[in-house]
Amino acid sequence: MRKYLLSKVTIYAVTFFVAVTLDWAIPRFMPGDPIAILISRMSTLPQSAQVLYSYFYHAFGLNEPLWKQYLNFWAALLQGDLGVSIYLYPRRVADIIFSALPYDIILLYPAVISSWIVGNLLGALAARSRFLDSVTLPVFYFLNASPYFWLAIVLQWNFTVTLPVFPPSGAYTPGHIPSLTLDFVVDFLYHYILPFLSIFLVSLGGWAIGMRNMIIYEIESDYIRYLESLGVPRSLQLNYAFKNSILPQITGLALQMGTVVTGAITTEVVFSYPGLGYILMQGILNEDYFLIQGCFLFIVLLVLASNFVIDLLYAVIDPRIRVATVGE
Amino acid sequence: MAEKTSKKNLRRTITALLSTSLLLLALFSALVYSQPLPRNETIYVGGGLWSPPNNFNPLIPWTAVTGTNGLIYETLFAYHPFKDQLIPWLAESGTWVDSKTFEVKLRDATWQDGQPLTSEDVKFTFELAKQVTDIWYSGIWQWLDHIETPDAKTVRFVFSQPHYPEWAYDLYTIPIIPKHIWQSIDKPLEQANLNPVGSGMYKLKSTTENQFVLERNENWWGIKYFGKPGPKYIVYLMVPSNNVALAMLARGELDWSNYFLAGIGDLVKTYPHIITFYGKKAGHLPANVAFLFINNQKAPLNDPNFRKAIAFAIDVDSIVSRVFEGSVNKSNSVGYLPIPAWQKYEAVDLEQKLGFTYNPDKAKAILAQAGYKDIDGDGFVETPDGKKIQLTIIVPYGWTDWMEAARIIADSLKAVGIYCEAKFPDYSKYYDDLTKGYFDLAINNFNSFASPAPWTLYNWLFYAQTPPIGQNSWSGNFGRYNNPEITDLLNKILTTPLTDEATLKQYYRRIQEIFLTDLPYIPLWYNGYWFAASTMYWTGWPSPDNFYGVPVTWNGNWQHGGLMTLLNLKPAQQAAAPPQQAQPAPSAPTAPAVDYTPYIVAAVLVIVIIVAVYFYLRASKKKAPSEEKKQ
Repeated sequence: MRKYLLSKVTIYAVTFFVAVTLDWAIPRFMPGDPIAILISRMSTLPQSAQVLYSYFYHAFGLNEPLWKQYLNFWAALLQGDLGVSIYLYPRRVADIIFSALPYDIILLYPAVISSWIVGNLLGALAARSRFLDSVTLPVFYFLNASPYFWLAIVLQWNFTVTLPVFPPSGAYTPGHIPSLTLDFVVDFLYHYILPFLSIFLVSLGGWAIGMRNMIIYEIESDYIRYLESLGVPRSLQLNYAFKNSILPQITGLALQMGTVVTGAITTEVVFSYPGLGYILMQGILNEDYFLIQGCFLFIVLLVLASNFVIDLLYAVIDPRIRVATVGE
Repeated sequence: MAEKTSKKNLRRTITALLSTSLLLLALFSALVYSQPLPRNETIYVGGGLWSPPNNFNPLIPWTAVTGTNGLIYETLFAYHPFKDQLIPWLAESGTWVDSKTFEVKLRDATWQDGQPLTSEDVKFTFELAKQVTDIWYSGIWQWLDHIETPDAKTVRFVFSQPHYPEWAYDLYTIPIIPKHIWQSIDKPLEQANLNPVGSGMYKLKSTTENQFVLERNENWWGIKYFGKPGPKYIVYLMVPSNNVALAMLARGELDWSNYFLAGIGDLVKTYPHIITFYGKKAGHLPANVAFLFINNQKAPLNDPNFRKAIAFAIDVDSIVSRVFEGSVNKSNSVGYLPIPAWQKYEAVDLEQKLGFTYNPDKAKAILAQAGYKDIDGDGFVETPDGKKIQLTIIVPYGWTDWMEAARIIADSLKAVGIYCEAKFPDYSKYYDDLTKGYFDLAINNFNSFASPAPWTLYNWLFYAQTPPIGQNSWSGNFGRYNNPEITDLLNKILTTPLTDEATLKQYYRRIQEIFLTDLPYIPLWYNGYWFAASTMYWTGWPSPDNFYGVPVTWNGNWQHGGLMTLLNLKPAQQAAAPPQQAQPAPSAPTAPAVDYTPYIVAAVLVIVIIVAVYFYLRASKKKAPSEEKKQ
């Protein structure tokens, strides 16, 4: 177990280092100047703009040589300091991210988990009968292949413009004040449906296909053949097959986590849903180095952490790994 | 058996996860607990908030939330651009005692915490910029010598060399801050100041990530001078797009819009409760001048003749009618707003002699005369020395009105044989290219706002200390036009009292003459103080007959009339029922009514069905193995 853990932790640490370095570098290669954009929002005398520009340029440490900025970035990061946002000056990046995170959590986890459950069930169902299989499989493939943002736009177009059933954007109607009143909760859920659906549907396809293929593979295997020769009913055979097929699906959940996070981000951009994705988009549009860094850092952490947790779970669930690393 | 329990455990885990996520959902939806505001005492405003409201620091006004300066903190004067009046606000009066001393008498004002507002506060506000030289108005100390406070109600500004028009601008833009609070604040520019204490008619009540709420200050000092503002609460919204704003206005969820709403003409016709400044006539007051900026450092754009040809080629009328549906006006040739403070210096005779109008034949003639000919036969002219001309015009992506205008300009230029392409980079790229001078043509209007003197326009357009191409320009001299005579004239204007109109007239006339001869930039149209309002809950909006101020809520513009509008608003007699549409508005997404019941029922049904199917499947699965056991 220790060896297993050690190798995993090393891999994650290296990944983290590389990802964070890229995360620091990429915004700085964008054309444009975040401070100039900040000041462009104020219509003031040129005399004043000059004063402001030099102040902010120094305040954000952008006058330092690049290698020094990079070291400063790591030094701050290790102290848990993500810096101050330029676009939302003078708010701290960590603050902004923490106020946006609830929306991501609300959107991501229910959508991922429910699509995993429903997808596996549907996949198992499809594997049972040839008719169901041939009807549902194209649908699953279609869903699985569609990009998150594309499906989000399609849903938005169809259910807010052509059929004005749902609100087009936001987490709640502007003007509503977040509170625990029935009115607000209903309004909130109402805005929640479309973003939720767009993530739910896309990931659903993948799960269902995976499950179906796994079950079919398992049905062909020796132990099922043996059960069959014993005259065990089909439903029980499928039950065993289902159990064995669910393991790779759990791994799949981990691997999907990465793409689901990015999916959630693009979905948020489409629906102006005020989570990390939306904030990141605003940061990019305003060239806010620190906000972009902070958001990406969080996304990287989220993906790495969920993969790591699944790795651990896997060691617990799968006897083969358990035996190999612990030596029962 | 063991496997069975593991499966159960798995299911249990999943159920637990699901239920916790639902719980989280419920918890997070209760971010802030507060009572809904009474609708008839609340005004919903939008159009000046583009990022989450998180900063109420009056010293960093461009990132501060709109209304910080004006509603919470106040200035010495307000300014009515269409009557050219400095309206005494915190100040009772302001006079030039002699050519270098300006004396302000203060009214009986108090801070929101009950302390009196005295001359000490005013002195402190200005002197803070002497210590903290990064405050935006700190440049004033290059020409302000010292401030005297003979008594609590009198402030004397003694200048070394007064900058008259700049001072007039400062009087209504610099917010006065309370000394007793700010004197102990270290690093004043890094404060978010989330509990602002000003002297204004409103106090901050709450903020969320897309709106903030202000509450009327019942002890406002100004009640005895101005009366009470109408709305008890102001909810200022950040609406994700102009279309959403339009839909909200139509449904009566937004009372005061300063968004640019396409199709405003249809809107006022369709909805009885929506008005503009001109009542039921679609139109906007001019706020600033949109210029076509030309890169004066790049051939062939550095040739005045070529620039003149461009000016004659552009069909501004068609931009005004096609893009703005006639709700704005074409600019005159010198780019002067139709406001009294500027018009009195406008040299109309020069415009008739040297100005330009849409005339493609004349544009072609100018080109031919200056030696621009189509050499390679592609239908577009080359430079006299045979180089190809390929221009681009840039405006930010997503600014739909400007995008359309840029397309029209590109087409106009092609029509006279100048190859030009419209490009739409992201705002950040656009702004970077513009300020660094990496562009051919661009539309911009950021600092051509109405003001007490055309000096502010020229100071922006012809700022002398513009760095070379490749470095950021602070001013609007994006095209790096350089003319020492204009610099000299602007300095003279700066140091001439505003009352010496005869002298100023000469100076301004000469600048206009140079401008029309060289035509470094081309004035196109007047962007408007976009305004539409709903009379469902509030009446008393300004109109041409009752023009007490400009109904604008943009950051830094409240002093132009947003404040007076609040003072004049009255609750509508009866809250009308939501209006019936005569016809569906074309571009407005018809948002759902408040009745969610059918959808909720449908959703519940779907959930029930899913759950039922799931249980059914489980049951049928369970049955199978149990049958096995019996055998």
